[in-house]
Amino acid sequence: MKLRSILATDCGSTTTKAILIEFIDGEYRLTHRGEAPTTVEAPFEDVTRGVLNATMEVEELSGRKILDGDNISTPQKGDSGVDIYISTSSAGGGLQMMVAGVVKSMTGESAERAALGAGSIVMDVLASNDGRKPHEKITRIRQLRPDMILLSGGIDGGTTKHVIELAEILAAANPQPRLGQDYKLPVIYAGNKKATSDIERTLGELTDLDVTENIRPVLEQENLKPSRDKIHDLFMEHVMQQAPGYKKLMSWTDAPIMPTPGAVGALIEMVAKKENISVVGVDIGGATTDIFSVFQDQFNRTVSANLGMSYSICNVLAEASLPNVLRWVPFDIDEKELTNRIGNKMIRPTTVPQSLEELVIEQAIAREALRLSFVQHKAFAVNLKGVQKERTISDAFEQSDSGQSLVDMMELDLIVGSGGVLSHAPRREQSAKMLIDSFLPEGITSLAVDSIFMMPQLGVMANIENKEIAEQARVAALEVFEKDCLIRLGTCIAPVGKLSGSEIPLQVNLEFKNGEKKDIEVRYGELIRIEAEYEEIKAVLTPAKGVDVGAGDGEQISTTIFGGQVGIVFDGRGRPLEIDASSSKRISNLKKWSEAMNEYPEIGK
Amino acid sequence: MAHSYTPGLKVLKNTKILKERRLPLKGAVSTSLGNSVKPDDIIAKTDLPGNVQMVNVANQLNVDASDVKEVMVAEIGSEVVKNELIAETKGLFGFFKSSVNSPVSGTIESISDLTGQVVIREAPLPVEVDAYIEGVIDEVIEKEGVVIKSQGAFIQGIFGIGGESRGEIKILSSDRDAEISADMISTDHEGLIIVGGSFISLDAYKKALDCKVAGVVVGGFNYYDLDEVLGYTLGVAITGSEDLITSLIVTEGYGKIQMGQQTFDLLKNNSGKLASINGATQIRAGVIRPEIIIPIKSNKDDEANLDKDKTVGMTEGSTVRVIRSPNFGKIGTVKELPAELRQMESETMVRIAIIEIDGNKVEIPRSNLEVVETD
Repeated sequence: MKLRSILATDCGSTTTKAILIEFIDGEYRLTHRGEAPTTVEAPFEDVTRGVLNATMEVEELSGRKILDGDNISTPQKGDSGVDIYISTSSAGGGLQMMVAGVVKSMTGESAERAALGAGSIVMDVLASNDGRKPHEKITRIRQLRPDMILLSGGIDGGTTKHVIELAEILAAANPQPRLGQDYKLPVIYAGNKKATSDIERTLGELTDLDVTENIRPVLEQENLKPSRDKIHDLFMEHVMQQAPGYKKLMSWTDAPIMPTPGAVGALIEMVAKKENISVVGVDIGGATTDIFSVFQDQFNRTVSANLGMSYSICNVLAEASLPNVLRWVPFDIDEKELTNRIGNKMIRPTTVPQSLEELVIEQAIAREALRLSFVQHKAFAVNLKGVQKERTISDAFEQSDSGQSLVDMMELDLIVGSGGVLSHAPRREQSAKMLIDSFLPEGITSLAVDSIFMMPQLGVMANIENKEIAEQARVAALEVFEKDCLIRLGTCIAPVGKLSGSEIPLQVNLEFKNGEKKDIEVRYGELIRIEAEYEEIKAVLTPAKGVDVGAGDGEQISTTIFGGQVGIVFDGRGRPLEIDASSSKRISNLKKWSEAMNEYPEIGK
Repeated sequence: MAHSYTPGLKVLKNTKILKERRLPLKGAVSTSLGNSVKPDDIIAKTDLPGNVQMVNVANQLNVDASDVKEVMVAEIGSEVVKNELIAETKGLFGFFKSSVNSPVSGTIESISDLTGQVVIREAPLPVEVDAYIEGVIDEVIEKEGVVIKSQGAFIQGIFGIGGESRGEIKILSSDRDAEISADMISTDHEGLIIVGGSFISLDAYKKALDCKVAGVVVGGFNYYDLDEVLGYTLGVAITGSEDLITSLIVTEGYGKIQMGQQTFDLLKNNSGKLASINGATQIRAGVIRPEIIIPIKSNKDDEANLDKDKTVGMTEGSTVRVIRSPNFGKIGTVKELPAELRQMESETMVRIAIIEIDGNKVEIPRSNLEVVETD
């Protein structure tokens, strides 16, 4: 079957977004999109209502008939209907899990990684050594009421006692599922296979137990895929069955419904693999910030549950502290009044900044939310802990051990930002500057934003299992990702090292496609932006001694870079970025950088 | 006519109120359909399973897990009291015995021959749910609770702290612009719900706590003062479980903001009446706003009108409240709802409403407006 048209929806907790992808002139393109409020809660209590409303908007805009009464008409017949329909979902709070492992930093962490990778929110990590007494653990399990529990522990053939103890704690707590009182809680066991029969004896009656391969069969190896797949299966079989209208929705889709963040992760993983690059993706929402990364072919996802731009904006303020937010604000402001303003955004989360001052404050908070989420991500995206490494004499003085962060900013090739504050910033220069200030990329890094947050829909499209259409859907997902989803902002070039030690830390020679040449000198403390289209630009970067731009201390690089809607940004401010503590110097520097970026033209005046 | 859906806070003089009262776990409902109830009446009861303690008998007695059953003195299902002997080794010729005593009073729930753990469950914890408002039982949810129907004034606040409370309404400030200061509060206000205008300071709220005031309803409070009241920084607006004698309901927002005219007038007209209030707030999907319910004697003839859903969204002529600066807290009337996007000072392109405030027409993003739902 030739895939000619695809309808994809993402049922978020507040909005359901539909996109229509069509095969036109030999390529797949996003042609129309529509949205409508999600209808999981009263008075509708049927998710398909929102799906139909969003699809109706697509119908109106495209003039194409997609609905047949209250059904999506598949496959395409003539010019009406669509060949396939797919969906993701995070409505009703998404998938909420609790995970358990014997050693917190080993199987506990592997279980957490599997659950996060599958797109769930991890409510708590229980471990034999987490310092809590059994009765405290039991109370916690009872309070949380997760959708599902992933239990792991022990390497295959190792000691079984601890993991059985954990199972006994679960049994004593007799956890109840979050949605509905009429079914048993799904529990996945992915631990030492020697303990399987004892685990079945302990939990088989009380819970809906499912056994899969050990998540950590040997210390040196993590085996997350079977658990991730099992989580997706149970998400469909149990959790979704309880959510209002999902049975109907599931009967409509041509591929299993995926949890929204799981789909985004799958897409980012695929892009990194295809391009052979290291990627960081971020989605900053109202309540949470999700960060996805692929470094050294290893995928990681973290959810910073209470770092967001509306519902949890006050928590960003609490965690970052007021001075850290204020260091991004290029004017003086009464601190107490500022906290009241931020508080008001929390209790009225749907408001938008009308004045420029309000916008600047919101973007300052976004920088801190992103920075803190990335700190958490770097701490989680690490090598496997507990692995013994052979050491040679040359390693004897090196302290690097297992558990080192995989995130290497110099290695990073691409940052993709999404979420209202990044995707809908009035100026793309503001999005680029927020990404640079909060992630502090080093060397050469491309910057992009997701135009309308369609990564979830593309992610589920790229993961269709039906062999007949799988490859075409994957191609379509990648084409649309490249052409319609990503808005290329440009490239950031940030030298690191002893920038203050030399007069000109970085010399740059650029040659544009039209033959035009440009020489740039980057000085310490400077931010320079040059306009450049999204096309190949030949670049020769010559760092001074003690300065590195990717090839090592003082090593020259000849490469090809790309511009974008913002262009090329040369960041000579150094790493880590230090903002002057004195208010007058801070304001003068922020204004200088803002002017260079054309970020807030009105403030410079 | 142009129309926009912006959910607003309800300020209703006379409406039908349905209140669901549910147990956290299944139990017994102690009232029946059609019964009249008062706020303090208990309508359902249950027992929450008691806390669980685990004792690793194998470790403590240094025996194999598989041998634990042999050393157990107490059996599964038997009741034990704190410090009672539950397991003992045979010792050597009856001497050098080692033993384990129960750390709590409860029932032996399980004995594991895999890990040697013994689970002791403490006595169940009784839970009761009261009616909270005056009304009539409209529906019985079997083993779980009831729905109570009532009629009266219903006001939603924007944010609150503290749980359910009730008391007579007492208007403290002269008008909706005036603040409540500490010297206005005394022990005479114990058990009352005091209503102010634009603001209550931290000192005044603390005085209300000292005087055991049942609740405070006011236009604004300082966000940063919440730290001292709660003992932590409120990062996300999920409240209601705070242990506070005086529930606080803020009707407008953080800072000094005059209380909406309709809200103030409605409360003033009900001065002296018994109200049920709840400060519980949850600002997430499935939003919960704090509420003030003032039941009035029902008049059956009016009920038909009360059943109508009044949520119509924003239309020309709607009364709206500005919920973000500039003009934060001001009330105006919608004059026009232009369809096209307009650019704001922040350069954000948004759909706007043109509203009249104090005789001046201003452009405000629709998402920065809230319909004041009145009847």
